[in-house]
Amino acid sequence: MLMRAACGLIILAMALIIFTIIKKGFPSLNWQMLTSVPKGGYYFGGEGGILNALLGSLYLAIGATLLSLVISLPSALFLNIHLKKFRKLQNAIRLFIDVMWGIPSVVYGAFAFTVMIGFGWRASLLAGIITVTLFIAPIMIRGMDEALKIIPDLLLEASYSLGSTRYETAYKVFLRQAMPGIATAILLSFGRAIGDAASVLFTAGFTDNVPKSLLQPAATLPLSIFFQLSSPIPEVQQRAYAAAIVLTVIILIISITGRALSFRYSKHDIK
Amino acid sequence: MREKIVIKNLDLKIGKEHILKNINCTIPEKKITVIMGPSGCGKTTLLKSLNRLTDLYSKKTFSGSVELNGENIYNGIPDINDLRRKMGLLSQRPTPLPMSIFNNVAYGLRISGRRSKRFLKLRVEHYLKQANLWEEVKDRLHSPASSLSIGQQQRLCLARGLAVDPEIILADEPTSALDPLSSKAIEDKFVELKNHYTIIVVTHALRQAKRIADYVIFMYLGEIIEQGDANDYFTNPKHELSKAYLRGTFN
Repeated sequence: MLMRAACGLIILAMALIIFTIIKKGFPSLNWQMLTSVPKGGYYFGGEGGILNALLGSLYLAIGATLLSLVISLPSALFLNIHLKKFRKLQNAIRLFIDVMWGIPSVVYGAFAFTVMIGFGWRASLLAGIITVTLFIAPIMIRGMDEALKIIPDLLLEASYSLGSTRYETAYKVFLRQAMPGIATAILLSFGRAIGDAASVLFTAGFTDNVPKSLLQPAATLPLSIFFQLSSPIPEVQQRAYAAAIVLTVIILIISITGRALSFRYSKHDIK
Repeated sequence: MREKIVIKNLDLKIGKEHILKNINCTIPEKKITVIMGPSGCGKTTLLKSLNRLTDLYSKKTFSGSVELNGENIYNGIPDINDLRRKMGLLSQRPTPLPMSIFNNVAYGLRISGRRSKRFLKLRVEHYLKQANLWEEVKDRLHSPASSLSIGQQQRLCLARGLAVDPEIILADEPTSALDPLSSKAIEDKFVELKNHYTIIVVTHALRQAKRIADYVIFMYLGEIIEQGDANDYFTNPKHELSKAYLRGTFN
């Protein structure tokens, strides 16, 4: 009973959110919005679109996800294979990463901002990518870790018995076995990266142009939604909801492709 | 009888638990040695100490030596992966790798640097035949290993183990999860393979031990109680515990 009520509540909340953004945003959704950058007076109802934020967000989220992947995958494999014997150390690291996961993204943003001020760097796409990487890496590592943790010891022993090194065991056996879980961890992190506003507010900045290099500032969808929503003009507020639809659809597409891919790779999994 | 492995004063504790107590034994070359004893007597740990899978245990205290071909594997063996490659392992439950049937067998060959497609094809076929599995899988070599039945998976693991060209086969209750027919296939294979390999089988199935053993090591609570030629042991056990175990009065 409780389970059903809980599921029902979650589905209801989701449905309400999606219903709201579609109802308010759909009328303002149009092609021009996706293909042009804001022109003069856009936030007061002028012409233009959110291409700057759309591309900015994609650059930022893809960059941060890739960078985080490069850090997280080896970390998670190392934690589960090389540190196998050291239970206490493993648990200490897991606790530490869980704490990092719990820190709000605005703290990461503030931290990065302090560092940037210290070095005299200006807000840029690169700074945004690094900041977002910092706060999605714990999510990614722990997600992958959970998938790797449940691999039975027998598989580790089987791999070693064939003469595999720890490196081969990690990348040729464990990575394959945990692929669906790892893909899920990557997607989850991508979702967090593209949907977060607080960490990029000071670090990536905001601009009406599409960034042409890593050192230029970049706009992001969540910030774009925030700015449009704070406008007193109802028409601009509606555009905010349309932008929210775009953001939701991006996450939906990424999720579905990811699921499909991980399903493909999971056919060899040993149950 | 040539000695393949000589274990001297092997002692192993994990935490406060004393798993192996002063183990001394020899394992003859190209024979089937059966390690018997009731559950929890340290059989599996003894087996794992032979290819140093015991290295994976945390909090262990260890002393003694294991000599393979006269060399102590716990001292001065430069390449532990090389050591493990010399010993194929079959575990209680079959553990195919998360890849296709073909790649399961080819994996060991590839990581030791033999990657030519033609070579792999020939070897995979050869070892699958060795494990009596070829006829059943030759038309679906590229389907996932997990799609095989448990009995087939265990034979695949045998083929995979043989493919890295070991000198020794370690088997930890290899038939305990298998149906009688698959068990028999594995047993028959062991008897055939002992002409080329030293085989060490852990089991608590007394009948199986009687069928295949050339040499018996009987353990109880971490100690070796009795060891010797299988015929002598089964017809004329010396120790009281062995007699009781063979009568089936305890398990």
